[in-house]
Amino acid sequence: MSETKSFTQQVETHSEIAARFQDLHPPFDRQAAVTESNRCLYCFDAPCTAACPTHIDVPAFIKKIASGNVMGSARTILDANILGASCSRACPVDVLCEGSCVMHRYNKQPIEIAKLQRFAMESLYDKGIPHPFTAAPDTGLRVALIGSGPASLACAAELRRRGIAATIYEASPLPGGLNTYGIAEYKLPLAESLREIDMLSDLGVDFRFNTRVDAAMLAELGNTHDAVFLGMGLGAIHKLGIPGEQLPGVTNALDFIAGYKSGSILTAPTRVAVIGAGNTAIDAANAAVRLGATEVYMVYRRGPEKMSAFAFEYEHARQEGVNFLWYAQPSAILGSTQVESLTLTRLSVTEDDSLVPQRDDTFPLPVDLIILAIGQATHTSFLGDTITLDRGRILTDRATGQTSNPKFFAGGDCTNGGREVVDAVADGKRSGIAMAAWLEASHAQ
Amino acid sequence: MPNNPTLETTFCGIKCLNPFWLASAPPANCGEQVMRAFDAGWGGAVWKTIGEPITNVSSRYSSIDWDGRRMMGLNNIELISDRPIDVNLAEIAEVKRRYPSNVVIASLMVESRRETWHDIVQRAEDAGADGLELNFGCPHGMSERGMGSAVGQVPEYAERITGWVKERARTPVIVKLTPNITDIRATARAAKRAGADALSAINTINSITGIDLDTLEPNPNVGGLSSHGGYCGPAVKPIALNMVHQVMSDPLSALPLSGIGGIGNWRDAVEFLLLGSSSVQVCTAVMHYGYRIVEDMADGMLQWMAEKGYSTIDDFRGLSLPKVREWKDLDLNYKIVARIHEDLCIGCQLCYTACWDGAHQCIHLDRTLPAPDITRTPAQVTAESSRRIAMTPIPKLDLTATASNTVTPLERIPRVDEHHCVGCNLCSLVCPVDNCITMERVDTGLAPETWAERTATPV
Repeated sequence: MSETKSFTQQVETHSEIAARFQDLHPPFDRQAAVTESNRCLYCFDAPCTAACPTHIDVPAFIKKIASGNVMGSARTILDANILGASCSRACPVDVLCEGSCVMHRYNKQPIEIAKLQRFAMESLYDKGIPHPFTAAPDTGLRVALIGSGPASLACAAELRRRGIAATIYEASPLPGGLNTYGIAEYKLPLAESLREIDMLSDLGVDFRFNTRVDAAMLAELGNTHDAVFLGMGLGAIHKLGIPGEQLPGVTNALDFIAGYKSGSILTAPTRVAVIGAGNTAIDAANAAVRLGATEVYMVYRRGPEKMSAFAFEYEHARQEGVNFLWYAQPSAILGSTQVESLTLTRLSVTEDDSLVPQRDDTFPLPVDLIILAIGQATHTSFLGDTITLDRGRILTDRATGQTSNPKFFAGGDCTNGGREVVDAVADGKRSGIAMAAWLEASHAQ
Repeated sequence: MPNNPTLETTFCGIKCLNPFWLASAPPANCGEQVMRAFDAGWGGAVWKTIGEPITNVSSRYSSIDWDGRRMMGLNNIELISDRPIDVNLAEIAEVKRRYPSNVVIASLMVESRRETWHDIVQRAEDAGADGLELNFGCPHGMSERGMGSAVGQVPEYAERITGWVKERARTPVIVKLTPNITDIRATARAAKRAGADALSAINTINSITGIDLDTLEPNPNVGGLSSHGGYCGPAVKPIALNMVHQVMSDPLSALPLSGIGGIGNWRDAVEFLLLGSSSVQVCTAVMHYGYRIVEDMADGMLQWMAEKGYSTIDDFRGLSLPKVREWKDLDLNYKIVARIHEDLCIGCQLCYTACWDGAHQCIHLDRTLPAPDITRTPAQVTAESSRRIAMTPIPKLDLTATASNTVTPLERIPRVDEHHCVGCNLCSLVCPVDNCITMERVDTGLAPETWAERTATPV
């Protein structure tokens, strides 16, 4: 990285975005971190560690903060999770480490694990020292990785630590996938994601940007490399399939979030409708509020109890001032040259829990912007029939990430249909370790 | 039956409003302070040690923080009063004039000459002090000049000076003992032989509290250098209690005793009284929180006395003294075992790791195994956990998302193998939840037998 610009240097955070998307959870200072870390009971075989998909040794890193060994704390985190800083900000810890803290059964607040992890990681990165892990001597083995999201990054790190060349192919100009472009800026700023990936460059991971891998290129990569890791995530957000969807003023949550994070979207119009009720939909709705929209509606076919967003995300959206329209389904988008109104049809629920549109019960919702967040399609058709899929997702052995084609491993959203950064990191880590073992075994023969 | 307990008591004939005295230290440095302390409710004060004025250094204190809490132990290298003797004595006279019911003890330390001691005793008593405390304990600075603990560590010196003081004193003479000695009873006995009326214990313990890992300089730092100091505060209470017990259970040492060492609340004070103290002295807790702490010391002790049915301090003073015995007098056939109350267990498994690594390997994680397994090691447990694949639950898809985190999973609740449990208490000590692990009596069917009895020569 010495001659070229670091990833962080290639972007500039727009001051407007920085001001409107300040930290949702402000960081600890040293004394607060030490006080909080001293609250940790130091459980044996700790539930927080078990709940973390990457199995970070949480009590160990927390005790190191308490003892003043903050660099050791960060190394303990990174050893289990190469994106320790990103995960400390992006993880839904209420349902992971902090949700499993024994303090819940002790009438006490759970330990603020995420903030402690962030403290340790930022202490390390702020020192500006090289990554604590180094690449092992070159084995001559080469692996191609498709996509530069958390799964591939974690896989590449494990490979480099074992002396295996790792080349990541990425369609975008910058690395990180949804870790860089897809997480609400008040949780994980784009620049923070890049800063963590910059550190990974010290391990000698090779990036090929602006390179979309198609079937032909995949075949070639398979022939020229000892193994391939598939970590390309999911594809485009589903369409509604209703009239007017092509009108200007209809966008999708991923483009909207990536747009404001990279500074190409700085405002939202007055009235915004977000279609869907997942975590991405909530991120988009909150962003619309912070970008200046005064009326933001989330439209969902069912009630709050069925939404796929976490309960704390729903609560957060309510606090941001987002309105919710339950049991409603878009049936048309109206407008002459631009979106003017969304037609919604009410839905009723039958005894067997299916939804029935009430054709004669429709109502207009005047809006200036419609953001679709109704799930992403898979992006696996370019794999052809070389690898076994299940409903478009790549089937893998969970412990190793190996696919039906032994030379191909996979992890992250393209295998699980879309979960968290930490799940992708865990997949990538397991795959990297298993891939190295498999390669070693194949070459020993 | 309701009773109206009182804290009024006497110490060696001196009437006290309550047993709470300020120890000879910075909180009792001058008359203005002592009067504010009396206003707050302190029954007495032992004046900051009076002698030829000294020059102090800067800085003077350092402390031990523990688990995020400040000043679990405090260390000082401050010397005796830096104010002229005349000024201190004039202020004592003024305080006694304004607060006749409160106890003022003059703490004294002068060079080891008979006439010098006679002179200071005379002047302190003329000023109106209710008693005299001989500072034979200060472990730093003054000891290099042949005073303080340099006296207290040599029983003959302590005996000789106490004798000089008794030649002149008309008020009770209290000898303050240093803990920095192999057997504190040696000096206590010497003081008693010389006619001392009372004792106070303990003075501070020689200490180096810590070293700055950047500069490699110890604390407290005086221009890059330090010196050993005197340690006090909550950390020293167990040491002090043991020494109070040693003195008070020794007929050749026992005298009315003012207990000192880590007392910060009424509970601490009651413990010193239960081991035979007649009053208690407090310093560190006041330096930390101010004179106001005495309100709860009095309130809490009165409440406890009312609940226990004690009317005066003499009703319970010394009651625990006979309960501390030599090890050889303990019953070898008394047996307890640990019981884990599953309904209270939060699943931290600290008892498990403590028993395996720090005790006798008799707590196990096998409740959900097909059969009890006392061979499964901690390493096997963690290895199994590390192989498990965990995923972030999605509310709509994963039932686990609705699982309660308020109920401890059975597999996380350890099991005590009572057959092998030695009843050491460790698990109940590390358990963070009150009453979750209780130590319960098991009838061995054996008659009580002490080591002394077992090894007694047969008649």
